[in-house]
Amino acid sequence: MLKTDIAIIGAGPAGLNAAISAASMGAGVLLLDRDEFVGGQLIKQTHKFFGSREQHASTRGIDIAGLLHEKVKEYKNIELRLGATVLGYYPDGVITAEYQGRLLKIKAQRYIVATGAAEKSLPFPNNDLPGIYGAGAVQTLTNVYGVLPGQRVLMVGSGNIGLIVSYQLMQAGVEVAGIVEAAPNIGGYLVHAAKIRRAGVPVFTSHTIKEAYGDSVVQGAVIWQLDEKWQPVPGTEKDIKADVICVAVGLTPLTELLWQAGCKMKFVSQLGGHVPVRDENMMTTMPDIYVAGDVSGVEEASAAMVEGKIAGLCAAASIGCSTGEFDELRSRALSQLAELRSGPAGEKIRSGLKLLV
Amino acid sequence: MPDRTIVCRCEDLSLEEIRELIDQGFKSIDEIKRISRCGMGPCQGRGCRQIVAQEIAAATGKKLDEIEMPKFRPPVKPVKLGILLGGEKEDE
Repeated sequence: MLKTDIAIIGAGPAGLNAAISAASMGAGVLLLDRDEFVGGQLIKQTHKFFGSREQHASTRGIDIAGLLHEKVKEYKNIELRLGATVLGYYPDGVITAEYQGRLLKIKAQRYIVATGAAEKSLPFPNNDLPGIYGAGAVQTLTNVYGVLPGQRVLMVGSGNIGLIVSYQLMQAGVEVAGIVEAAPNIGGYLVHAAKIRRAGVPVFTSHTIKEAYGDSVVQGAVIWQLDEKWQPVPGTEKDIKADVICVAVGLTPLTELLWQAGCKMKFVSQLGGHVPVRDENMMTTMPDIYVAGDVSGVEEASAAMVEGKIAGLCAAASIGCSTGEFDELRSRALSQLAELRSGPAGEKIRSGLKLLV
Repeated sequence: MPDRTIVCRCEDLSLEEIRELIDQGFKSIDEIKRISRCGMGPCQGRGCRQIVAQEIAAATGKKLDEIEMPKFRPPVKPVKLGILLGGEKEDE
C-alpha cells in the first residue's frame, strides 16, 4: 500500500496546478495520470489562451503543459506516476490503480479528483459509420499524432471545441464543409467564430444532422432545419458531402470515482451533467475528497487551473499544512475565478454554480 | 444494411431497441442495463448513459435531473484479470 498526504487523480490543467499548490504548502503529493504524459487536453491545444497573465494568457496550451511540468519537477515532495489508471474508490478510503501491469493500492489523507470530462455522443442514423468521430478525438489525431482524419469535414456543434477544431483542421489543410448548430446562434466565442466566417465556412444555425450515409465509410450527411420548438422541418434537407463527421455537442464530467466515494451529486445541465456538490474551497460532501477542473463542471482550462490551485491549497491546509501566504493565495485565486466567470460569457457557468455551491 | 442509430456502441444497441425496452416497462438506466447490457462494455456507459437518460425522460415526462443514475462500481475501466490476480505491486 502506497501512502501519501494528497493523491491527485489526473494531471491535466487542474491536477497539475493542484499538485504545485499542495506541494508549495509542504504536503506530500502523489500525482497520477493514465497517460504517458502530463497536461491532459492542454497538449493538443495549439492555439494561444486568453485571460490574464497568471493563467498563461497568450501562451499556447501545449506550452502551458510544459511550463507546469517543469514546475512539478522542481518539487521533491511531488511524486508523479504516469501510465497509472485509477480504477476505483473503496469504502475504507483506499483507491486502486493499474500501473505497469500491476495493481496499485493507495491510501491518501485527501484526494483531489481532477479527471476531466468526456465528449457527449449524438444519436442519428448511421452514427457508427467509420469516419464519424468526436471532435476532441479528431483534435488528438491531428495535433498529437499528426494524422489527418480525412479531406472534408462536417462539424456538428459550434461551441468553442467545434470552432477551434474546425479552424485547426483548416490550418492542417482539411476542408471544412460546414458547421451545423442546433441553436439559433453560434455557441462559441466571437473570436473563434470570426476566424471561421472569414475563411468562408458556412455555419448552419437552427440545423441538425438528420442522418449520415455511406457504403462502408461515411460519404456525407443530410442536415435539416429546426423550427423555434427545436422540431425538424421536412423539406429543408440539405445534402453535404464529407468523409469525416465531427461531433462537438459538449462534454460531460467524468465522475465515476465521486459516485463510488458517495459524494452528493447533482444534475446541472449548464455544467455538463451530474457534478459534485462542493464548497468554494472545492471540497465535496465527503471531507477527504476535493475536486477541480471539468469534473466539477465543464468550463475553460483557465478556470480549471485556478480551481486546481484552490483545491491544492485547501486540501493541504485541511491536513495541517500551512504557509503564511495561504489566506492571500486562496483569496487571490477566488477572485481570479470570479473574474474569469464575469461578463456575458460566464453567465451559463454562474447560473449553474448557483445551483451547486 | 438498414439504417441504425447506435446508442451503445460497445454492446451494439440501437435507439429502436432502447425505446422498445422502455415501452416494455424498463424505465430506469439500471433496469435497461441489466436486461440489455447497455453501458456494460469497455467504455462503461460513457457514450450511452446520457442518451438513455434522455430517452427515459422523454418517454416518462420526467425531467433529466429526476432520472436516476446507475450504480457505479470499480473498476471504472476494463482491466485484464491477470492484473487483479497478480495482486498488489510488490515493491511498494
